[in-house]
Amino acid sequence: MREITYAEALNEALRIEMSRNERVIVLGEDVGVFGGIFGVTKGLLEEFGPDRVVSTPISEDGFTGAALGLSLAGYKPVVEIMYMDFILLALNQIINHAAKVRFISGGKLEAPMVIRVMMNYGPRYTGPQHTQDFAAFLAHIPGLKVVAPATPYDAKGLLESAIRYERDPVIFLEHSVLYRTRGPVPEEEYFIPIGTSDVKVNGEDVTIVGYSYATWLAMSAAKRLKEEGISAEVLDLRTLYPLDRKAIITSVEKTGRLVVVAGDVRSYGVGAEIVSTVAEEALHSLKVPPVRIAVPDLPVPFSPPLVDHVVPTEDTIVSAVKNIVKNI
Amino acid sequence: MCAQQYQAEFLLKMYELMLKSRIFEEKIAELYRKGELVGLLHLYIGQEAVAVGVITALRNGDVVLSTHRGHGHAIAKGVPLKNLMAELYGKSTGTSKGLAGSMHLVDVEHGLPLSSSIVGGGIPICVGMAWAYKLSKSNNVATCFFGDGAVATGDFHESLNLAALLDVPAVFVCENNQYALSLPVSRGVSSPSIADLARAYGIKSFTANGMDVINVYEIANAAINNYARKEQKPVFIEAKTYRFLGHHLGDLMQPYRAKEEVDAMKKLDPISNLRDLLIREYGVTESALDDLRAKIVKEVEDAVEFARNSPYLDPRELPKYVYSKQGGGAQLA
Repeated sequence: MREITYAEALNEALRIEMSRNERVIVLGEDVGVFGGIFGVTKGLLEEFGPDRVVSTPISEDGFTGAALGLSLAGYKPVVEIMYMDFILLALNQIINHAAKVRFISGGKLEAPMVIRVMMNYGPRYTGPQHTQDFAAFLAHIPGLKVVAPATPYDAKGLLESAIRYERDPVIFLEHSVLYRTRGPVPEEEYFIPIGTSDVKVNGEDVTIVGYSYATWLAMSAAKRLKEEGISAEVLDLRTLYPLDRKAIITSVEKTGRLVVVAGDVRSYGVGAEIVSTVAEEALHSLKVPPVRIAVPDLPVPFSPPLVDHVVPTEDTIVSAVKNIVKNI
Repeated sequence: MCAQQYQAEFLLKMYELMLKSRIFEEKIAELYRKGELVGLLHLYIGQEAVAVGVITALRNGDVVLSTHRGHGHAIAKGVPLKNLMAELYGKSTGTSKGLAGSMHLVDVEHGLPLSSSIVGGGIPICVGMAWAYKLSKSNNVATCFFGDGAVATGDFHESLNLAALLDVPAVFVCENNQYALSLPVSRGVSSPSIADLARAYGIKSFTANGMDVINVYEIANAAINNYARKEQKPVFIEAKTYRFLGHHLGDLMQPYRAKEEVDAMKKLDPISNLRDLLIREYGVTESALDDLRAKIVKEVEDAVEFARNSPYLDPRELPKYVYSKQGGGAQLA
């Protein structure tokens, strides 16, 4: 199968959905002639014209609210939020409005919109306002679905599902490091069901749970661990809400050990939800206490050596796993 | 008020809508004081001319986005009183099955897709709906109401800028009732004229006397039908008005304004002024107007009975109103 990048896979999904449904509208900062800061919307303006590919001013709440209005009137907007840090400016429209439409209307209205957001956690050196991962609190909001693919294949299939089939607002989390990674992607359309995780690496000794870039780190760590005789299973959540709890339980029941890798701050983060799920439903399968790898309760600094000290890395995963798999 | 250029029936229809809103809300106040209704109830009493004047100028398919102070807009849009009342009672026969309440009124069939209790929150959504109407060439407009308090929000400014850039038929109606809860407009908005702020964004802007339904209707008709709809452009109306009661029914003392000011404004009551005009210049009899009032009182009483006798939603049903049954990919497997 041909290999393309994560950014190209997303671009292909947008192109397919825009070609078959003229009510799909792409909007956000610099999505037009510039093609988005990582090229995800490249060429769409030329192909679909200025009515359907709209570069907006820097008004996150305004254009996200306008996208909600489009969705209420029968359109399928795909909004781009440039950095995840900027989504804070749009949360009034996302949480107070889009996520509540179905409920407030007693089930008569819906807001089928997709909000694409670039996460930038990891070795990015962009300072405290361009590196935050808010996936956990978005997944905390009833009414939202939160998707976070790790591979080009998943990126295309999940974005197609979100645009074609979802009738609720979907927060679609992408990652700056992943945009240039390559992988096999079919040319034709295909759909990955939202709410399903995927075992990226099979293993016996430990379950490493991740999403987006954290999955990618976990996969590299698993490769190294294998060389040292440790068999790690990598469970890629792919969707943070609805969460595939069953798959987490199944894997932990098999391995008896759990390490969660997340790009967010540790307290009240994604790791807390995964560990709680296991504690509630598979506590006695655990041979050792679970481990959360995340950013300590700090803003992420700019200085590169300091960044490498606080964000999850392949090394931190490898040593955490070795620490709890001592006795095999 | 104006010269005799309208049919009495036309004015009577606007009179009836304003009176319906007034009597409905007077009943709500009574039920709230008795402890039968709960929650935050923001009454529109005094401002009825704005909703009725603007909404009378709208056409089939035009939508209205309202606010926490939404009863008047809903009634002018034709939402049935019994479903509206049942919503305030939190009953399953309410417009939103009791899930939304007074501050979030929705009735899709009657062109009320959303009311936001977040000040300014409906304005960008209105821009988006107007954008959709422009793209689909439907010739409809989207209208949002908001108070002078919303003028200080980011959503207000982002939305006016966006609407002007996108050139969409959005109708912005600022109900300047002089106070954002306790803050007088002179301390909440730096510009002496709210209408001027819209002009700064390149949006055609009007000022209406929000205590005079005929004036509001005339301005709205010119702004909406002779401009926004025809030219496919946004338009702004600042309607100067006044709320006779507190911010909500719990705001009794109103330490931010003098009783004399409120009493003076009550003399501008849009409903009694239109009643006088109908009698004086249109030959409508007092007894006909009394009959109309009696008919509305009966309709409101029936609405209360309907609401009282309706069931609550089964709490087990609640999760059905959060996500679609579709999606999630289950149907794709």
